[in-house]
Amino acid sequence: MHLEFKVEGGDFSNAGSASSQIKRVLKQLNIDPSVIKRVVVALYEAEVNIVAHAYRGRIDAYISSSGIVLKLEDEGPGIPDVGKAMTKGFSTASKEVREMGFGAGMGLPNISDNSDVFTIDTIVGKGTSLNIEIKFR
Amino acid sequence: MIVKDVVEKLNLEIFSAPEGVDRVVTGGYTSDLLSDVMGHAREGQIWITLQTHKNIMAVATLKDLAAIILVKGFKPESDTLEASLAEGIPVLGSDLEAFELSGELFNILK
Repeated sequence: MHLEFKVEGGDFSNAGSASSQIKRVLKQLNIDPSVIKRVVVALYEAEVNIVAHAYRGRIDAYISSSGIVLKLEDEGPGIPDVGKAMTKGFSTASKEVREMGFGAGMGLPNISDNSDVFTIDTIVGKGTSLNIEIKFR
Repeated sequence: MIVKDVVEKLNLEIFSAPEGVDRVVTGGYTSDLLSDVMGHAREGQIWITLQTHKNIMAVATLKDLAAIILVKGFKPESDTLEASLAEGIPVLGSDLEAFELSGELFNILK
């Protein structure tokens, strides 16, 4: 099964809508609730990252009997230092975004903690692609 | 203990989704950082925060939280209320600060 979502940069009012739709689909497929929880945390953080940092992006979710693959591609500033970005507590989010309770430097670590495979490809000035894989067993 | 018992014992205001007050409360989590709540809150907990915008409902829904309590007399924004109604997860309010409210909730749940 393939699901596709568009994400607009700065549109916080819709942040989390892809995550909640995927959650619903996984529930219907009777996926183990503990796995759904991990998918939801990882995808929400990745979705919010596009909203908070990029201009726009898209999410492709591929669901099979063995697991889910999430590909998030954005047009945005890219990440100059991925190692730093992966450090808990490090964030480049704006003051406004931080005041909303985002940008605490926990997003990428949360994705990493909840996924079986997590890779970041980024080009500064162009955009960032995430590949997140979570197995169902 | 259910949400309704917490509302009565802590003298909370119900801003929205009163139909959700029969939900069982498994614990509490206090934080104003959404990623912290995403990463560490657990299903059935009550979330204590001063954030009032709509994204708190996205987090509460995705994490299957029992309710949200806004501290220090803060009121939810209108689209937060709409999302709360749609999801059936109550947004509650208290005049207490997060520290005091967390202490009271801890005491009645322990």
